[in-house]
This record gives sequence, C-alpha cells and structure tokens, in this order.
Amino acid sequence: MGDWKVSADLKYTKNDEWVRIEGDTATIGISDYAQNQMNDIVYVEFPDVGASFAQGQAFGVIESVKAASDVFMPVGGTVTEVNSVLEDEPELINGDAFGKGWVIKVKLNSAAEADSLMDAAAYAAYCDSRQ
Amino acid sequence: MSEPLIYDIGSPGRQGATLPVCDVPITPIPSELVRANLDLPEVSELQVVRHFTRLSSLNYSIDKGFYPLGSCTMKYNPKVNEDMARLAGFAQLHPLVDNEGAQGALALMYQLQQWLAEISGFKAVSLAPAAGAQGEFAGILMIRKYHLDRGDTKRTKILIPNSAHGTNPATVTMAGFVAVELPADANGDVDLKALREACDDTVAGMMITVPNTLGLFESHILEVVNAVHDCGGLMYMDGANMNALMGVVKPGELGFDVMHYNLHKTFSTPHGGGGPGSGPVGVGEKLVPFLPGPVVTISEEATGDEEAPLYAMTMPPKSIGRLKAFYGNFGMHVRAFTYIAINGDQGIKDITRHAVLNANYIRVKLQDTYKIPYNRACGHEFVLEGHFEGVENIHALDISKRLMDYGFHPPTNYFPLIVPEALMIEPTESEDKSTLDGFIDTMKKIAAEAHENPDLLRSAPHTAPVSRLDEVRAAKQLVLCCRPIPEQGG
Amino acid sequence: MLAAIGVTTIEDLFDAVPSSHRFPKLDLPAPLSEMEVTAELSAMAEANDHAGDFAIFRGAGAYHHFIPSALGHIVSRGEFLTAYTPYQPEISQGTLQAIFEYQSMMCSLTGMDAANASHYDGATSLAEAVTVALEAGRGKRKKIILSPAINPQYRAVVRTYHQGRELKIAGDSGRADISDLVEMLDDQTAMLAVQYPNYFGQVDDLNKLAEKVHAAGALLVLVVNPLALGLLKSPGELGADIVVGEGQPLGISLSFGGPYLGFFACRTEYVRKIAGRIVGETLDQDGRRAFVMTLRPREQDIRRDKASSNICTNQGLMSLTAAIYLSLMGKHGMRKVAELCYHKAHYAAHQIDLLLGFRVDTSKPFFHEFVVKCPRPVAELNALLVEKGILGGIDLGVDYPHLKDHMLIAVTEMNSKAEIDALVDALKETIQ
Repeated sequence: MGDWKVSADLKYTKNDEWVRIEGDTATIGISDYAQNQMNDIVYVEFPDVGASFAQGQAFGVIESVKAASDVFMPVGGTVTEVNSVLEDEPELINGDAFGKGWVIKVKLNSAAEADSLMDAAAYAAYCDSRQ
Repeated sequence: MSEPLIYDIGSPGRQGATLPVCDVPITPIPSELVRANLDLPEVSELQVVRHFTRLSSLNYSIDKGFYPLGSCTMKYNPKVNEDMARLAGFAQLHPLVDNEGAQGALALMYQLQQWLAEISGFKAVSLAPAAGAQGEFAGILMIRKYHLDRGDTKRTKILIPNSAHGTNPATVTMAGFVAVELPADANGDVDLKALREACDDTVAGMMITVPNTLGLFESHILEVVNAVHDCGGLMYMDGANMNALMGVVKPGELGFDVMHYNLHKTFSTPHGGGGPGSGPVGVGEKLVPFLPGPVVTISEEATGDEEAPLYAMTMPPKSIGRLKAFYGNFGMHVRAFTYIAINGDQGIKDITRHAVLNANYIRVKLQDTYKIPYNRACGHEFVLEGHFEGVENIHALDISKRLMDYGFHPPTNYFPLIVPEALMIEPTESEDKSTLDGFIDTMKKIAAEAHENPDLLRSAPHTAPVSRLDEVRAAKQLVLCCRPIPEQGG
Repeated sequence: MLAAIGVTTIEDLFDAVPSSHRFPKLDLPAPLSEMEVTAELSAMAEANDHAGDFAIFRGAGAYHHFIPSALGHIVSRGEFLTAYTPYQPEISQGTLQAIFEYQSMMCSLTGMDAANASHYDGATSLAEAVTVALEAGRGKRKKIILSPAINPQYRAVVRTYHQGRELKIAGDSGRADISDLVEMLDDQTAMLAVQYPNYFGQVDDLNKLAEKVHAAGALLVLVVNPLALGLLKSPGELGADIVVGEGQPLGISLSFGGPYLGFFACRTEYVRKIAGRIVGETLDQDGRRAFVMTLRPREQDIRRDKASSNICTNQGLMSLTAAIYLSLMGKHGMRKVAELCYHKAHYAAHQIDLLLGFRVDTSKPFFHEFVVKCPRPVAELNALLVEKGILGGIDLGVDYPHLKDHMLIAVTEMNSKAEIDALVDALKETIQ
C-alpha cells in the first residue's frame, strides 16, 4: 500500500469519490489518494442546495494549483447540505479527506446504487494498481 | 528590494505626457454623465521610464539568452521586422480606409497568403486568426461547416492523440464536438489499430501535430491520413512545429485538408511576454469556400507591365464568419512578410535544416545522462525525462529551476503529458554550436548535482530576482488588483 | 556536429518523412538583403492613405490618438518584446508586475473587481463574455440579448464563436432601443449587452438598466471605450457585471486593424469562470512580494477539453502598452484627453450642423463620435474629401439600411481646430 489512507466503512468509485450511507442520507467526498494526487487544494465549486444529480453525473469541481477535477456522484440524489467551511479552508480536504473534508450531503435516490461501488479492500487494490 | 507598484510612485498632480490646451470653444458637459473619481497613477515621465526599465531588467528574454522551450520555437526576432511594422504607412493606417487607400497593405497581405500557401502546399490562406488557438478554432469550425454543408449531421467527434497540446481538446469543445483521445504506440506514434477502430461515420476529423509533441515525425503519416479520409473525415494539422518541415515536406501534399501557422513561432514575430501572435490557416481545395474572412483577393488583374493588380477584401462564399474585428494582426503580417522576404527560398530551407540539426546534436550529447524515451532522429525538438533512477524527490521542476542559476531559461515542463517528468528541448536554428555546448555541459553538471547535492536543485533558483513562489497562496488568497474599488451600483 | 549525431549529411535526419514527398521545391523568391527589403517595404507602406498624410475623422472601433514618445521606447525594449509567456515566474517578474498593474488600472477605469491579462480584441472579449454568462446560468439559460447599437463586427464575431452551440441571440435584428431590449428579458436570458458610448457615439441613459437586468436573473455586460472612461461614469457605478471592449485607444497604433487589445473585467463572483491569463500577487520563499499567473487550472493546458476557452497566446505586449499609456497619462491626463475629444467633437458637430443639407443627430448626448445625415451619398462625399487629404467618417448605410446617407464622424485630440475647419469647408464645397 502506498502513502494514502483508505477508510474501511466507506464505498468508493473509480474516479476516487467516497460515499458514507446512513439511512437515506449519503455524505460524499474525495479520497485520500485523490487529494494526494492533486496537491494543495485551493478551491471547491459546490452545487446549489436542492439540485438533483444522477449517479455518475458531475456535481462540482475541486481545484488545486495544478489541476481542476470534476467530481461525480457515487450515487444519485438531491443535495441537502454543502460543507461551506471548505470555502475558507479548502485544505481540510488534504488534511482529513474522509472526515472534516467531506464535500456534500445528499438525500439518496436508492441505496441499492451503492452496490455497484468498490469496498475499501477493492479500492485499495485499485489504487495500488495505478502506481 | 522589490520594485514598487506604479501606484505607489509619484505625487498628487503629476502628469507624465503633455497635452495641448483646447483650441476650440468649450461645450458644457452634463454633470450626470461625469464620473466623480478616477483612480490612476500621478507620475512624471521620468518615473514611468525608470519604473518600467527596472521592471524590464527582471525579465529573461531571447535578446538576453537561450530559450530551449520545446514547441515554442524561441528563435531570434530580427529588429528589421520591428522597423518595418513601425513604418508610418503601416502603423498609422486606419483599417477602414477605402480600398484604394490600402493597396500597399493589401498587396503585402496577398503576397503573404501566397507564400504561406506555397511553404505548406495549400490552395488558399486566410490571415484572419489572431493566434494559433484561433487558427485551430477556425480549422475545426471549417470542418464542421463542410460536413453540415454536405447535409451530414452525424459527425460529432474529433480524434486527437493523447500527446496533443491543450488547445486542441479545448478547441474541439468550443466548436461543439466531442474529443476522442487516441493512445500512442510503443514508438511514440499514433496507435494505428486504435485509430482504425475509432474511424467511422460519426468522426468529423482528426487533429494531429507534425512532427508530434515528442518531436518525432509520425512513422506512418500517410496511413493515418488515409484512415481518416476513408471514413469521410478531414485531417487538421496543428502547424506549431512547422520549423521542422519547411522545404522538407508540404503538409498539403501529405493530404492534410487544413492547417494553422504560428507566425510568432516559425516566422520570428516576437512573443511580447504573451502575445500578440498570429495564426493564419491554410486549406486544400475542399475547404477554400469556408475560410474565415475577410481574405485578400485580386479584384482586377494587372494590365501591361507597369500596372499592379487591384486588391480587395472579400468574405469567402461559405465562410465560417469573422473571428475578430478587422483583418487579423496586421502588424505581425508585416513582420512575417519581412522575414520570408529576407530569407527567400534558400533561407527558409536552411532554417529547418539547422533547427533539426541543432536538436539532434543536443539529443545525442545528452542521451547518456538523461533518459530519452523515444530515442531516434528527431525533428526540431525532443523530450527527455527530468528525473534520475535512485535519486528520490528530484523532479523536472527542480532541474528547470536550477537551470536559471546558470543563466538559461528552462525547457518546456511536463508536456507532453505522456512522458513522466517531461522536459521538451527545442534549440531553434538561431543558436550556434558554442551556445548548444554550454547548455549541454550545464545539463550534465546539474545531473551530477542531483546525485551529489540534490538540495541545490530543490531550493533553486538562488540567483533569480525572486525565489520559488507560493502558488497555493496566489490561488487561495486571490489578489488580482491593488486598488480598492469604490461603491458599485446595480 | 553531424559526426557526433552519426549521420553524413543533414538530409539523413529526415528519413522518417515518406520519400515520395521529401524535399519538395519551394517556389519563393531568392533571398534579399536588409537594404533591399527595407526599400521594397517602404514603397508598399507609402502606397497607403495613412495618418501622416491625411486628417483622420474616421473611427468606428479604431481611433487616431496621441501616443507619447516614451511609450514606444519602453515597449520596444528587448526584455519586454522578446520575453516569453511568464510560465517561469522567477525570471519573468517584469512582465508579471506590468500585467498586474495593467489589471489594476483597468479595474480602476471600469469599476470592476478583477481584470484578465487580455483577449485578442474587443470583439472576441464580448464573445468570451457570452461564454461566462452562459456558465453563470449553469447552462440552463440559452438566450442572450445584444443591442443593435453594438459594433456590427463584434456581433458578427459573437455569432462565429458560438455557431457550434445552441444559443438564441435576440435584440439586434432591428432598431431596438434600451427600453425595447428590456422588454425582451425573461427567465431564459443569460445576459444583456449594450455599448457605452454606443457605436453611433451616443451615451445612452443606463442608470436603471442594471436593476431590470438583474431582476430577470441575467448579467449586464457593457462594451466600452476605455478612453471615454477618463470622463464618463464607470460601468461599475452603473451596475455592470462584466465589462469588455477595445483597448486600442490606450496608446496602440492604428496598424490597419491589429494587433489590438481586448480587455475583460468583471465582479469577483465571476473571476473563476473567465478565460485568459490572470496575474495574482503572492510571496516567494524569502517573503518578498512577487507576481505569478494564477487560476491556471481554468486554462487550456490543464483543463483541456473542459476549458471554457482555448486561448493561449493573447495580446501581452498590448496590455503592457496600455499600462504604460495609462501611467504616462495618469489620473489627470486621461481626464484631459477625454475632454479634448469631447469639446472638439462638439465643435465639429455644431459647425457641420450649420451647413445647409447636413443634419447632426443630437437626440442623445455623445462623446467623440456623432451621426450626420448628408445631402449626398457618403461614398461620393468621401471621394471628394480624400482629394483634399481628409479621411471622412464611415458610411453607416452599409450596416444599417435605415441610415443610408448617414456618416459617422469621429474627432479626437489629434484633430486641430484648423483641421476641423478644413473638414467643414470641404463638406460645404460638396453642396455648392
């Protein structure tokens, strides 16, 4: 395993987003591997609260000095909250990608959509294979 | 000591330039039209001259030293070009004079159109685009209009190699197409198998740079062109690397349908710290009616030995339209015209031959010190990898910054994306052997430093006016303007 | 060198080129010396009707203004002229600080929060403003409103730029005035653009416009003459969201239409959406203030197919030119030169209006251009003026059919009273 953490209780996408499902709410962010690739994150472009996106749709952009990456919905849903602390402290994503660095919370369309995602072990293997 | 901002110099009431007193009766100006406050510097001419002269001394420039910037073609900018562009008859010519009053300018543009077409083997040229990226945009819009004009609305894709310059995919999106990336094969050429699989009747065309961004001439260029033509697509060539092709091969003859030129690369017009450039486009027969306008044509042929033809501006019959106001960056047309006129047929050929010779010379001299992923005869540039086996944490960036301490501008960094830690080196034909040898020795010295004293690289530059900058801070705490902006309405 | 490479002749280096196409003939003339080329080009230059030989009363997007001597000397310094784009900031602080100062001065002039380092010209700046407005509407609003009193070339360029996308352009097919344009606002409108002063030289009353545009959820874009802003209320005060225009009046020579300078300024909330280079202030490792290109991920080389624009090389030397011009003229000079243009244009308009058969449109205030209804076709008048060494105004009937026989005359600080009187006399002669 490389220099990045993988959180055991989350599900992951091939585009390095993670999702935590609690009832019909999903919290979404980007993985420690992703923040490591991007380097210092300087800006987060959020969607509007109340906007709806399908699984796989782009909902925002995360910018570092050397990259601007779209972020995609691991599962479909309607945005209920955005982590506005990241407006002043985007570097929280670098420091705590799975905790304080969460990006949005959504009301889920269907929990079953998460079944198609990778679990922690599969994601760790996927990250290793890219090195 | 940093140079103060112009706003922090001067004194209330100062004015640098002098203006005459008003020699006509004053007309009262309605007060509701007039602004209350104008926040601009109050400095004398001497202060302006010193301020900008001191700023200029903080810059590296071609006039100062070697710029081995791959894909930028940083050749010497001849001073005669500047004098010609400043001739009153060109510099003080209003763009909307009547046709008869611009015959000198039109004759120049017409000749330049002809010369550029001849150099690359095309049927017609438009000088309208203001830069290479605008030329690309014009090229892709022409391809789009060509298909629509034929009644073909199925073609939504443009194929691009994954080594392409960023302007290529950006252009594709601007024109309303989808960019489909093609991988390179082990030799650095476009993967022919992937290309043939991608070619179908939804492909509008392909954009390709020749030589490619690795500096290599495509090994099977004719097969690439045929594959795209066979499925009904058109071929666009990014002409940024023309410095490797003049007198060696004509893209038009290889089957390309459209190409853009960079006058600020191949044809010596100065980079000016970020422009202006000029990006004319050349086309084969199929695309002539679609050229961006206006273009210069002959409206009345010459009669007898003395008379010159009458030139005029025309919009091509199915033109994609106007790309900017007026006629393109005319000042750069004058410079490029002067350059081609002085060089002539032999000079143009020599430019390419010497550019390619110089690039290959540096390549073979560095091949034992640096990894060169596709190490064969290159065009006018080549790519090496800026890192060393067994040396942790030394990147292309560090080598670049250390080169500054030795008085060189770094090569192009991190492009093309398909080579890790890429450093792209293009010496151009302007440099003599002693300059090239100096650069080679320095690159070897830095490689040795990377092994023996890597911190020298990581903390470089040491002798530049400033050290490495905090780019994170610049992006997070945006300070783009130094003046407080008064109350805004609305 | 050939030995080092391992080949016998330079031609050996081109083996990768298909032999059937290698080494074609180049049908170009023989080389010339600098002396010969200079003579040839001087002759070509003199075959043009330029401002050295003619009194210029023509504007319509390109203006004959005074360029202080010091400007040319500074701008032609090799350290500025032959420098590359400042991607390596440590050795480009001259260019970077000059652009930062240019950005700041453009913000002061326009009343905006941020300005980019340049677009190709005023027309392309407007085309890029459309892209920003569409993005600000998150792609849901697909209509824009353009005033017909915006330079016709600029509106043509907007159409060229956006021909690949679904975009409805309303407003400029007829003779709509500001209130007519406001009627067209709806929840599909991403932006409304007007020119200030407009193409006819007039200063429309824009005081209530921003309120109405914003109420519809759209952006207000002003296309402005930066020299006029030495005198007139700033677009910021009028509530504009984006300000674009042609910077040629700021010390850039006429040069038969280019290179010119597209400027682009906007409010803070749109800064991350705009195209083009932007310079920001930061610190180096030793705590010194320094400048660097910032917000780079927006640009084509990083964002690639998701970039909002493909612009790379822009008009860097022209922004430097504008920065030097604005510094030499300064707070007081900019006001004075704008006033000179205003007074001379109003004097000329008054004198021409006194002529039998000529009628100047004074229905609205104007800056330094005005519309004259003429007793004869404009082309005929201009042919007679040219014989007297005068370049008259443009024929508005070409782009505006309802303005047949109307001439657009521009007057600047470069037109002395004697020149203006000569124009009036020459016009008088055309009706005798």
